[in-house]
Amino acid sequence: MPALLIKNGRVIDPNSDHDAVADVLITDGIITGVGQNLTAAGAEIFDATGMIVAPGFIDMHVHLREPGFEHSETIETGSRAAAAGGFTSICPMPNTAPVNDSKTVTTYIVERARRHAVVNVFPIGAITKGSAGEELAAIGSMKQAGAVAISDDGRPVMNARVMRRAMEFAKGFNIPVINHCEDLHLSAGGDMHEGLESVRLGLRGIPGVSEDVMVARDILLAELTGARYHVAHISSAHSVAMVAYAKARGLAVTAEATPHHLTLSDTDMTPYDSSFKMKPPLRSRKDVNGVVEGIVSGAVEVIATDHAPHPGDEKMQEFERCPFGILGLETAIGISLEQLVHNGKISLRRLVELFTVNPARVLGINRGTLAASAPGDVTVFSTDNEWTYDVNKSFSKSRNTPFDGKTFRGGPLATIVNGEIVWRA
Amino acid sequence: MRGLLDIESLTRPEIQAILDRARDFQVPPGQPVKRFDLLRGRMVVNLFYEASTRTRTSFEIAAKRLGCDAVSITAQASSVSKGESLVDTLNTLGAMRPDAVIMRHAASGAPHFLQRHLTFPIINAGDGTHEHPTQALLDARTILDRGAKLEGLRVAIIGDIAHSRVARSNVYLLSKYGADIILCGPPSLLPRELKDLAPGVTLTTDMNEAIRDADVIMMLRVQLERQHEAAFPASEYFPFYGLRLEHLKLAKPDVIVMHPGPINRGREIASEVADSQKSVILNQVENGISVRMAVLERVLGGEKNAGAAH
Repeated sequence: MPALLIKNGRVIDPNSDHDAVADVLITDGIITGVGQNLTAAGAEIFDATGMIVAPGFIDMHVHLREPGFEHSETIETGSRAAAAGGFTSICPMPNTAPVNDSKTVTTYIVERARRHAVVNVFPIGAITKGSAGEELAAIGSMKQAGAVAISDDGRPVMNARVMRRAMEFAKGFNIPVINHCEDLHLSAGGDMHEGLESVRLGLRGIPGVSEDVMVARDILLAELTGARYHVAHISSAHSVAMVAYAKARGLAVTAEATPHHLTLSDTDMTPYDSSFKMKPPLRSRKDVNGVVEGIVSGAVEVIATDHAPHPGDEKMQEFERCPFGILGLETAIGISLEQLVHNGKISLRRLVELFTVNPARVLGINRGTLAASAPGDVTVFSTDNEWTYDVNKSFSKSRNTPFDGKTFRGGPLATIVNGEIVWRA
Repeated sequence: MRGLLDIESLTRPEIQAILDRARDFQVPPGQPVKRFDLLRGRMVVNLFYEASTRTRTSFEIAAKRLGCDAVSITAQASSVSKGESLVDTLNTLGAMRPDAVIMRHAASGAPHFLQRHLTFPIINAGDGTHEHPTQALLDARTILDRGAKLEGLRVAIIGDIAHSRVARSNVYLLSKYGADIILCGPPSLLPRELKDLAPGVTLTTDMNEAIRDADVIMMLRVQLERQHEAAFPASEYFPFYGLRLEHLKLAKPDVIVMHPGPINRGREIASEVADSQKSVILNQVENGISVRMAVLERVLGGEKNAGAAH
């Protein structure tokens, strides 16, 4: 493989405290230099003049639907959507069929990814067998096979004792526990955020408190066990406050927010349009502001998409029958720039942290930096090119998004994985 | 052509036009039923995904009195039970070129979702726990028939508000006319957000407070089939939220008692109240037909030639 020399971009690598126009050289898939006027004989040149050059973005929360639901997405199509969204690494949740609760399934995903994925795939294993919430899964073996975290995403561990044991066990393997926080009794049957809008539309509500009580429980258990604990797709202002509290107590508690939860509230929904149906649901404007403030303050340190493809016929039904989830990979950078950077809430460097060094630290993977000898993963993006999202041109197999037709200022331009350009605009 | 999906999106003049026209279709006491030929050659489909005798029959009679053909399909007898999706069913019906589909469905928003994808108009005959627009229209017609004005009227709506599409539609309609609306029910069936549903709404869990000085009392049916949990102990319902004769003394002397039916005697309303002079429950049923005639005329229009090719 020839070397790749990315010339004259504004190189932002928070991990190396670098923010200046520079060249980045990747040789044999490894970062071999960041500096002025680099040269390399025979290297492929990528002119990044006027562009931002950052460490490869990591999305630590996606659903690739393989194995088991290949009509919605596959490792290949999901990875192509990731590349088109500027992501070089993605972490698929274990709610496949079979559930990724064993070394066998983890290995299958790793092998399929090695052959078919255009970006790095780091699987997340289940916490419990079948994600049934009862018996712990083979956490150690899954880690050996390549799992970087454990989660029963979508089927939260309701039994506090099981969660405690999972945290104790995970701590022994130094692997983070990620929870989709939702008390299933409080949210039972709900289809959207509980509030004036749900009352108005006659839809059953998912109260914010269904998230809050489980975040509270888990933070207490994280303190008890000393485990590394991560809140998936945080959506309520109360939960953000509790994560800040946990951090203030010095706990290893982290959180991620999705682009949609820092953008849309329940009042932004087109009534009964399932493109706006996901879990956690779009909450109140106060909650949206709380999540944004959590990112500004640092309580929430990761942006993850919860990319959740569903085929059209499943989303073309009565609202209450439609599955939860929307696409996310291809719009994440555009939305995040709009909601956080263009309005001056955070700096561009902070934005890069949210997508790179922070998720890498949460997961404990050697990615998210352009330091010498790091893997040659690079995301090239713009902060000002205007583009319009057309979901019919998506690389995903599915089309469920509320952002179709939306025009963005700034977005991905090229995605480089292990020294190879896998996508460019 | 516009259907009728809900009251919330109607303007007061639009509502008034329907109420005024419904009057023309009322049958004066002692006189024979008059037939109109306004919608001759037209065809509507009654598509009921939920059991309903009175609303379906009322729509059928309304259509027939206007000379319009009406075909009724119930979910159990159709391909729905064979697993066909709602969109496919409606597309199939659409290919048969109905002039409108009158639809009842257990899922809130089902007609709204469909209307975005279909060309023929849909008339909502009740969607889940969302709205039941023709019920609110017939209720308003019934109140007006008593010579009352809706402006400033004090209306108590009592029962399982959380799950009531009748309550929502009535709140929107009455609010557009500036009525005072008191919603009353067990706390777990009375979400506090309801007070922001529309101007003029207040909430109380105290039956006596709700009824005091009321001009109109609307009782709601206890909808056990929509309660997914025991939000209220069944044995506590009638003692605390059932309408009894003694309550009526608290209301205005000329108070009227309404109920969308079917009534559960001894559950939400005492028999003596249902059968009392104050009850206008049968007037509501009668007005159901005239209001639905006005709605059908409005949606289908009167001018098109019978049997014209589409």
